[in-house]
Amino acid sequence: MSALKIAVPRGALFGETLDVLDAAGIDTAELRGDSRSLIFETSGMTLVTVRPSDVPTYVEAGAADVGITGKDVLLEQSDRVVYELLDLGYGRCRMVLAARTGNDRLAEGQRRLGRLRIATKYPRIAERYFESTGRQVELVEVKGSVELAPLVGLGDGIVDLVATGRTLEENELEVREEIVECTARFVANRVSHKLRAAEIDELTAKLREASRR
Amino acid sequence: MIHPIPPGTRDVLPDEMRELRKLKRALLEVFESRGYGEVATPAIEYDEVMSQGDGRAARSSYRFFDESGEQLALRSDMTVPIARLVAGRYADSEPPYRLCYLAGVYRAVRPQSGQLREFEQAGVELIGAAAGEGTVEVIEVLEAALDAAGLGRAVIGLGDADLYRQLLEEVGVEGEARDSVLASLATHDLVGLEQKLSEAGIGGDRVETCVALTQLRGGKEVLEQARGLGGEAVERAIARIGETYEELERRGAADRVQIDLGLLRDLGYYSGAILEVYDPALGYVLGGGGRYDGLMKRFGLDLSAAGFGLYLQRVHTAQLQEQGRGES
Repeated sequence: MSALKIAVPRGALFGETLDVLDAAGIDTAELRGDSRSLIFETSGMTLVTVRPSDVPTYVEAGAADVGITGKDVLLEQSDRVVYELLDLGYGRCRMVLAARTGNDRLAEGQRRLGRLRIATKYPRIAERYFESTGRQVELVEVKGSVELAPLVGLGDGIVDLVATGRTLEENELEVREEIVECTARFVANRVSHKLRAAEIDELTAKLREASRR
Repeated sequence: MIHPIPPGTRDVLPDEMRELRKLKRALLEVFESRGYGEVATPAIEYDEVMSQGDGRAARSSYRFFDESGEQLALRSDMTVPIARLVAGRYADSEPPYRLCYLAGVYRAVRPQSGQLREFEQAGVELIGAAAGEGTVEVIEVLEAALDAAGLGRAVIGLGDADLYRQLLEEVGVEGEARDSVLASLATHDLVGLEQKLSEAGIGGDRVETCVALTQLRGGKEVLEQARGLGGEAVERAIARIGETYEELERRGAADRVQIDLGLLRDLGYYSGAILEVYDPALGYVLGGGGRYDGLMKRFGLDLSAAGFGLYLQRVHTAQLQEQGRGES
């Protein structure tokens, strides 16, 4: 049988993901180098490095058997069919509603226009959240630097992922509401989970052990 | 000049059509040789009929009114129309009834996903055979169909739709909490499952038991492990899976069946045995099925029933991948 393929997220989760994989007995030395490669053969497995938001895509299609990505990504792409097997605990951050510090434009818009204008990279999470709290909202989807939006009048607030809160602070934004806490998750393709049960169970157990150290 | 067709629909040209035709013929031959007669039903049903299926996933996505104001629906599955047909046309004859179909069904898709809005299913329904035997027969037909399609490596997952309903009842998780737990199970979100079970206020050991049960899949050893974990609360479902599996063993048909206690199909009408089909060459499920005695009752027939449906286009894709594998 071919080697088990693991989708590893580049970006904010990359370092800790490699640490956990190492602790689980998968040698990641090659990935830590400055290689431009995207595919690595190591410890009898194939590691592919992809953007965190692409992990569910690869895993759903079976291009990777398993993968690691943030809960924020899984929530935003909740229609992707992947099995969420494990909370790895690291990469902890919060999805929040934030607005300009000491400014009540958010409440003002709600009161006088009957809706909130919100800029976000996570339109589906935001939509579900405001729907579940009974508020009408006008969502503006942006692809990056969402903190900028309320400063120049693109929306009265933002829904975004916050780790330390420093970026918010630097842009004179403050957390108004907390939506959900997100951590790194271990996910599996539905068919691989059935047909490569032993390998995936073993890896899950090792990762559980490694992530709780 | 390009004249677009709606997303999720497609044209089929002769090369593909020839292969599909061959595949369909091979499947039909299997079904017919085992006594399953082919039926056709209208693509348009009364919405009231289709909604007897009532599972979220089975609900028709395309509904409309006819000229006299009746609400109609494009069928989203073939099991419900066949249950309707049997209740109406076979009420006076002696069961069991063995029927098969090759038919297009219609479901909503998510945009840009490549999912098909209109796709073909090939399957059988066995209505009025005793529960255990019926399941075994349906699995044997499914195995023969997979062989005929050239999918010798395909695996059939065998689970039980009542396992968690009974287990949750036993540990006292009811109502909304139960539905929310089952929803996590259906999407196999183990982190959410653990959370919801904890919120439902059952002890930590029991939470672990429930989560561990969903991860049991494999051969016969799984049944003993499940008994060890779940005890009395899972006994009925485990015994039922065991009987089916042992009967399959006696008939030499158990090799490609994987017992899977994490299986939960999202169609609301299943009760008892449930099936799913996988091939190592494809990351998507090829089809599924199971027992649906409750659905027959809704159409006024007190008969046990079982069947399966294969997604024809996916079977074709898997066939191609398997052939490619043989050549490389």
